[in-house]
Amino acid sequence: MTDAATLQGQAADVIVIGGGIVGAACADELASQGLHVLVLDCQRPAATAAGMGHLVVLDHSAAELALGEYSVKAWRELAPQMPDDCAMRTNGTLWLACNEEEMEEAERKHAALSEYGLACELLSGAELARAEPSLRSGLLGALKVSGDGILYAPNAARWLLQRQSSRVVLRQAEVAEVQGNRVRLATGEWLQAPAVVLASGIYARELCPDLPLQAKKGHLLITDRYPAQITHTLVELGYVTSAHKGNGPSVAFNVQQRPTGQLFIGSSRQFDNHDPQVDAAMLGRMLRRAMDFLPGLGEMNGLRSWTGFRSASPDGQPLIGEHPHQPGLWLAVGHEGLGVTTATGTARLLAAQMLRTRPPLDVEPYLPQRFIGARAHA
Amino acid sequence: MSMSMSMTEHVDLLIIGAGPAGMAAALAAAPHGPSIALLDDNPLPGGQIWRDGPNAQVPKQAQDMRTQLQGFSNVRLHSGCKVVALAGAKRLLLEDDERGWVLSYDRLILCTGARERLLPFPGWTLPGVTGAGGLQALIKGGLAVADERIVIAGTGPLLLASSATAQKHGAEVVRVAEQAPLSAVAGFAAGLWRWPNKAIQAITLASAAYRTSAHVLAALGTDRLEGVRVQVGDKVEELACERLACGFSLVPNTEIARALGCTLRDQAIVVDEWQATGLADHYAAGECTGFGGSELALVEGRIAGLVAVGDRNKARGLWAERQRWQGFADRLNKAFSLNPALKHLAAPDTLVCRCEDVRYADLAAHDSWTGAKLATRCGMGACQGRICATAAQTLFGWEPPLLRPPFSPARISTLACLDDI
Repeated sequence: MTDAATLQGQAADVIVIGGGIVGAACADELASQGLHVLVLDCQRPAATAAGMGHLVVLDHSAAELALGEYSVKAWRELAPQMPDDCAMRTNGTLWLACNEEEMEEAERKHAALSEYGLACELLSGAELARAEPSLRSGLLGALKVSGDGILYAPNAARWLLQRQSSRVVLRQAEVAEVQGNRVRLATGEWLQAPAVVLASGIYARELCPDLPLQAKKGHLLITDRYPAQITHTLVELGYVTSAHKGNGPSVAFNVQQRPTGQLFIGSSRQFDNHDPQVDAAMLGRMLRRAMDFLPGLGEMNGLRSWTGFRSASPDGQPLIGEHPHQPGLWLAVGHEGLGVTTATGTARLLAAQMLRTRPPLDVEPYLPQRFIGARAHA
Repeated sequence: MSMSMSMTEHVDLLIIGAGPAGMAAALAAAPHGPSIALLDDNPLPGGQIWRDGPNAQVPKQAQDMRTQLQGFSNVRLHSGCKVVALAGAKRLLLEDDERGWVLSYDRLILCTGARERLLPFPGWTLPGVTGAGGLQALIKGGLAVADERIVIAGTGPLLLASSATAQKHGAEVVRVAEQAPLSAVAGFAAGLWRWPNKAIQAITLASAAYRTSAHVLAALGTDRLEGVRVQVGDKVEELACERLACGFSLVPNTEIARALGCTLRDQAIVVDEWQATGLADHYAAGECTGFGGSELALVEGRIAGLVAVGDRNKARGLWAERQRWQGFADRLNKAFSLNPALKHLAAPDTLVCRCEDVRYADLAAHDSWTGAKLATRCGMGACQGRICATAAQTLFGWEPPLLRPPFSPARISTLACLDDI
């Protein structure tokens, strides 16, 4: 409990709901600005623990590119301070092209990212084969994005929550209701603070039903430990050109080798499926796709598979800012598959708005108003 | 759609586990003519108790049952075969050395047996330290132990059986440390007249090195085991030895049952008087329904096999025999219940999860298996928590996680067969 709390009946300067990677990054950033933060987390299974920990700059839109680039850079700046168990590496992403259409996408992406100042280069099929000899032969080439990385998000979140322990307090508690800057816990206790930040991922809708968030279920599998054979995070460009386009269930090749030597295999996407159980057919389809790219994969042992839910907004960008109808309630939700990547940028955009400092990026594309509607002005 | 590499096969009756319960179930059901698949992840049938190998002497009863099974053309034995995942209703994904495939069934009998409970104590990960049943299995598999000094510690008759196997193969068993007090062991032994062949076994197995109220404190050594520190009553003794075998009773293997949705109680599969689980057409028999020894497993297996082919009259005729062996099992479990002191053997730096090198202190800082797993990666290795989650359940009372596919490590090409279902 902070000094502010005892003085004015406030639990803290800010209450953050959700101790996943986004909530942790927000708490850490607000604490860096001198605020006392109370983080409420009820340890439900959520995306931070389920995801791949891939730090990746995507460019479906200018807003996605801007936030991704800024956020991954921020992660790289944090890297030297991060403990080993966060397993942070700047290993780069290779976007793989199987055909002419995907190679054109690689070239388009190369131009877009280069223009934005990102280090990236196009690889020919032969160069790709030299860079990642485990891949099947015959791929047309790839785009290498050097600044992308990987980390182990549960430990990164814990580190962010612990490193400013004088100003960040983590409390295990389930929030049952939110009214602006007040929250009611499942125990019946009410807490309030000048600002409440909702960062509970897929669960945010339970507390704030007007959020336009949709769950997209994903599957992942991890293998036993093997000698180093894959350097970069490998993603098929079909990820953007075909595989995950449209609204049907889909799979796309996405593999990284963790520092432990384990191969992390994704990805799948299903809409309107809220069952956390592994869907055997979907898992099989995802692995079949991965074997198409890595022929040696079939003989490796899979250890565990699991599912997670991405919390997606209609335009794919997060909602960062104050709720238009609930003063004092701030949103940091809707990150879809990029919560780990953009946690750092989200935190800074949120803090800048809350503290009325100059934001590092134009906040407009991320404001909740684009879906929830601006408050009527006279 | 990608080319199908697997073909779904079908059997009327699937039996998982070819130990005493599974073999008895198959032999009871086979004369009725259904197609039967009998799966086991070991290279040969017999389970843990009748484990075969270069140095094994399989009892005549087990040999006879194997011979009888071979006489049924409707029974197919799949050795070296494991269940990898559920593949839809009444369908399982299987893997052996050669292939992965989906098998569908009308009825299933789970005879998945039990495994040793391994509890962490200082030095337990040193080379030379094994489970008590593990040592037996290694010796039967060809491990030479002649002239080695061996300490056996833990609880229950398995210690004596392990000791007998080691001695028969030329080892010097310098200590058998039974954690239960003499009063409990003596009370158990005194009641054995009701099960005459068990009494004979107990006498055969008795050893001058046997001590009650005795438990291991630490395994000593740097690169491998050099000695053991044992608490015997009020005294602490140190014994030089080359091997230490520890068995802290057995834990039912219930991963597949839990994934199917069967109800568990006291870590074992709940069955009714017909050996039926709450799930229609799914039965269970043997140690996976609670520790009871091979005689109980045999009669439970026969009942399950008969019920699965619809012969309830004949099954009912076996209830009295099952009751008799259940009485023995109840006495055994009561006599050898674990001393709570065994939960406190680990030091802060003792590894609990040896796959991921997680220390006792790292786990003790958390309040649930899930929390500990996320923070420390315990249970995320190749054993999938079978050892450390079981230990954590004993040490901290944490409910172990529901296993997700694959149930044990399986080739990616096998898992990809799920694409075809």
